Amino acid sequence: MSPPHVVIVGGSYGERTMKLGLLGQKSLLWTLRTAFFPWALTSSAARADTGASNGITNIFKPLSTPAEAIYEVSVLVLTICAGIFLIVGGLLAYTHIRFRRRPEDDGREPPQVYGSNQIELAWTVIPILIVFVLILVTARTIADVQNAARPAGALDVTVVGHQWWWEIRYPELGIVTANELHVPVSDPTKRRPTFLKLESADVAHSFWVPQLAGKTDAIPNRDNRMWIEPKQPGTYLGNCAEYCGTQHARMLLRVIVHPPGEFEQWVEAQRQPPVDDSQVQAGRNVFFSTACVNCHAINGTRADGKFGPDLTHLMSRETLGSGAAPNTPEKLRVWLRDPQLLKEGCLMPNMQLADTELDHLVAYLLTLK
Amino acid sequence: MTNAAAATLPPESAEWTLPSRRKIAVVCLICTEAALFTIFVVAYLFYLGKSVTGPSPAAELEIPVRSTICLLSSSLTIVLAERAFRREYTGGFRLWWLITILLAVEFLRSTACEWQRLLTTHQLTISTNLFGTTFYSLIGLHASHVTVGLILLVLVLILSLRGHVEQAHAEHLEMLSWYWHFVDAVWVVVFTVVYLIGR
Amino acid sequence: MASQDLALSPAAETSLPLTARLHTLVVTVDHKQLGLMYIGTALLFLVVSGGMAAVIRLQLAVPNNTLVSPQVFNRLFTMHGTAMVFLVGMPLIAGLMNYLVPLMIGARDMAFPRLNAFGYWMFLFGGLLLYLSYLAAPGLAGQGSAPDVGWFAYAPLTGRAFSRGHSTDYWILSLLVSSGGSIVSAINVITTIASLRCKGMTLMRMPLFVWMMLVVSGMIILALPPLSAAQIMLLLDRFLGARFFDTQAGGSAVLWQHFFWIFGHPEVYILMIPGFACASEIIPVFSRKPIFGYPAMVGATMMIGFISVGVWAHHMFAVGMTAVGNTFFAISTLLIAVPTGIKIFNWLGTMYGGQIRFELPMLFCLGFLFQFLLAGLTGVMLGVAPFDWQLTDSYFVVAHFHYVLVGSFLFTIFAAIYYWYPKASGRMLNTKLGLWHFWLFALGFHLTFDPQHLAGILGMPRRIYTYDAGRGWEIYNLISSIGVIFQAGGILCLVINLLWSLRHGEPAGDDPWDAWTLEWSTTSPPPAYNFETLPEVRSRRPLWDLKHPEDPDWKYE
Repeated sequence: MSPPHVVIVGGSYGERTMKLGLLGQKSLLWTLRTAFFPWALTSSAARADTGASNGITNIFKPLSTPAEAIYEVSVLVLTICAGIFLIVGGLLAYTHIRFRRRPEDDGREPPQVYGSNQIELAWTVIPILIVFVLILVTARTIADVQNAARPAGALDVTVVGHQWWWEIRYPELGIVTANELHVPVSDPTKRRPTFLKLESADVAHSFWVPQLAGKTDAIPNRDNRMWIEPKQPGTYLGNCAEYCGTQHARMLLRVIVHPPGEFEQWVEAQRQPPVDDSQVQAGRNVFFSTACVNCHAINGTRADGKFGPDLTHLMSRETLGSGAAPNTPEKLRVWLRDPQLLKEGCLMPNMQLADTELDHLVAYLLTLK
Repeated sequence: MTNAAAATLPPESAEWTLPSRRKIAVVCLICTEAALFTIFVVAYLFYLGKSVTGPSPAAELEIPVRSTICLLSSSLTIVLAERAFRREYTGGFRLWWLITILLAVEFLRSTACEWQRLLTTHQLTISTNLFGTTFYSLIGLHASHVTVGLILLVLVLILSLRGHVEQAHAEHLEMLSWYWHFVDAVWVVVFTVVYLIGR
Repeated sequence: MASQDLALSPAAETSLPLTARLHTLVVTVDHKQLGLMYIGTALLFLVVSGGMAAVIRLQLAVPNNTLVSPQVFNRLFTMHGTAMVFLVGMPLIAGLMNYLVPLMIGARDMAFPRLNAFGYWMFLFGGLLLYLSYLAAPGLAGQGSAPDVGWFAYAPLTGRAFSRGHSTDYWILSLLVSSGGSIVSAINVITTIASLRCKGMTLMRMPLFVWMMLVVSGMIILALPPLSAAQIMLLLDRFLGARFFDTQAGGSAVLWQHFFWIFGHPEVYILMIPGFACASEIIPVFSRKPIFGYPAMVGATMMIGFISVGVWAHHMFAVGMTAVGNTFFAISTLLIAVPTGIKIFNWLGTMYGGQIRFELPMLFCLGFLFQFLLAGLTGVMLGVAPFDWQLTDSYFVVAHFHYVLVGSFLFTIFAAIYYWYPKASGRMLNTKLGLWHFWLFALGFHLTFDPQHLAGILGMPRRIYTYDAGRGWEIYNLISSIGVIFQAGGILCLVINLLWSLRHGEPAGDDPWDAWTLEWSTTSPPPAYNFETLPEVRSRRPLWDLKHPEDPDWKYE
């Protein structure tokens, strides 16, 4: 009977499938990885629901195809470098100890050796060979990631970097949201990766969600592409990774990977226009009579601003100000009172609203689920 | 400290000649300036055809035949001036030197006229589009180097007229002429890139 | 400071009034005085910029800290980076080159002494201009302060639209001025080495230090103009509305990055190779053997110089270049590891079979060797482009380049200070204080920068003024910040040592280390004319030949 060629691996790396070799052995790289990295970088994998993230952004816990490809080559490189460090470092240490000056050496100089062609040749050739191996694996991984074929079920998303938030557009689905990228989970039999087009509205930014892929910059007037293929549902954190001004630190990313079926539900929910609740008429008036409409958009209303995030489903998001604060009514009120209190230097001005106006506005915005 | 051991060493060749300081320094200067120009040329080539709006090279630029002939012949005349200087024909030296200066002035005047034409007739400024930006910066950088060279040439002429330039200064003059040849060589490159390739 | 160094030189022992001594400094064209001025000024900037780093680390010690505002933080890391590279690194190198090269080649001064002075004052004024931005950049409109665009000032963040006020203009102008000084210094060094070597000193008999400074100077004259060109373009954008980096008009933000890194990558080798140069002089003397494989060291240095202009886009692996582009730069980056690694082996070969004396210069070189090995290896990791896609712009890169610039470059500078201070001042530095310096600084260095590798692996991006708890970064940042205390302690020991030893250090004599290059053949400090009679050499180690007439080097070379 042939050994199983696919096994589910559990434990601290989360559920994932792994091909066993013909003899049932696990891959060399898996073995190396487990040997080298169980200790330093602990924590559980992404939670299997779409709740709050567990805060992991460890590049050595990849949960998406491109990140895994990077991980495989990283382990190889790390192993080689560790080996070189042990050998050369060991030689250095040995030399320093063995050849330190001793009292009996006084007065005499050691043999004056000027060089050795054979030794020098050897220690030139060996590094060149190592470099050659590294070049080969590097070239292959680059090709695997950058020139990956696009399967039929792939989702297209356009991500536009702004100072200091992320605009997320789903051109085929007609959805625009902000700071949170919702994608379906992908499984090996029915692949649904997400292909991202990265743009910028102002300065250079960089999209980095470590568990899902390497980073790629979002640069104005430049068409950059990348892809992710999350293998596990959950919420993955990321950051802007190119210094873009005052609040570069608070330009967080959340990628919410939905289990099968739930992504379509989310899409449907996002497509719904906001509920027209007469109880928040006062707040709606505040919104539409102040300058809010110049920067923000709400579907189905005359608010059509492009400068700030789309607010149609504001309350479906976990945070305010792309990670500056959790999205609770209290924090929302603080944000509206003065955004600078939560995100100093951000480009949303203080609208100088009175307390009653604030209360009404918060009540209105809370209906934008 | 006297190197006492030197007396006991086997004799080496008595000749110990090293390159002239001035020559090495001017070669270094030329290398560094070449690196500077290279970046501006690269920017020019990179942005060819990328202007979003506005005037384009093919439409606006006319090949500056006259100014090119002037500048390139000034390289010749400066060589003639040097030759006259080495043969101690002071009059000949000053004459060819003056002609070099006049040719340089004509080059600059021509450039200025071209710029005036582009600015007034075609409304092309440095901020109009990428073509304007790269054109004025590259040509301007070159023209600034011509200007500096011109100032030095004039200085030498004045010093010569006052009788301060002697045979001992032959290498100084040669170094200035190397700089001048460099400026001309850069013009060949700039001309090719801007007026030939770029159109 | 340098003025007190001069007071010690035999001729000036009669103490001149302070104004006269300061006047001497202002008008001097003596390469030794200028060299010391470069180094002294650089150390002052080191302390100021290091102070900024201390504030940065204090802010980042705990999550969501509010010690400084984001605006202040962004200025701090920009000024820290800019000052460390241009106002500490470059002048330290210029100081070493200017002080030692003429002495090592048996010349009386540099080829162009006045140009030398000009270079120093350009550097100083450039530096002052950069710091003037704190006061003057607000201008009339009240916007702007010190530059806050990062030391590599990526477009379009540096455009008029996103960088208001004049802070970026100060960044540009101060660096244009300082770079001019560096270029001028480099031309001077090349000319000096080419034209002023003493009799018998062929190129292959020069000390390795001189060879490396020659390569560095060649790199400076070719690599600094791209920065100046890009900065001129940026200046035209900001003042005349040019479109070089204006993405709305079709300009390319990535073009800035290309130009900057065409300068920036050779720049880091320009900073590091002088460190190698110091190590290549110190390690042989303290191992009591000649450098192993001198021709290979020369060749490897030249190769590094050449290849370094072909690797620049490894700083741009995340920019979205094609697979071919990324592969090319990964290949060139991995290739440059070979000549760099060879040097470590050559130093190893020098020590092997020797009699290693663990005096302070050698102790710092020991630290350098281990730390540079690590820095090179993390560099190899970063050269593997896909790995770099995760590591770039994270604290892993920050850790890597601090391992190079602090753990390797600064350690060799410390080694050089302990080694050549006796020559420059006539006094030995205090060993006990030196040991405190070494151990405190080494401990602090590792506490600060080792954990940053892990923070980067855990996804911490760089240039963030704060971070949330719950990412696993807290402990590493805290340890990293604690290290600052020890580094500061080490520097304090150094400064006290430098000042105290001027008056109370043990007299050094001409040749306290029993070394072999020409600077040790003259007095400590050397007279203004360097050598009574210009030396004549027959080998790479003229003093070895003198001390060992029965077994001179020229029999074997």
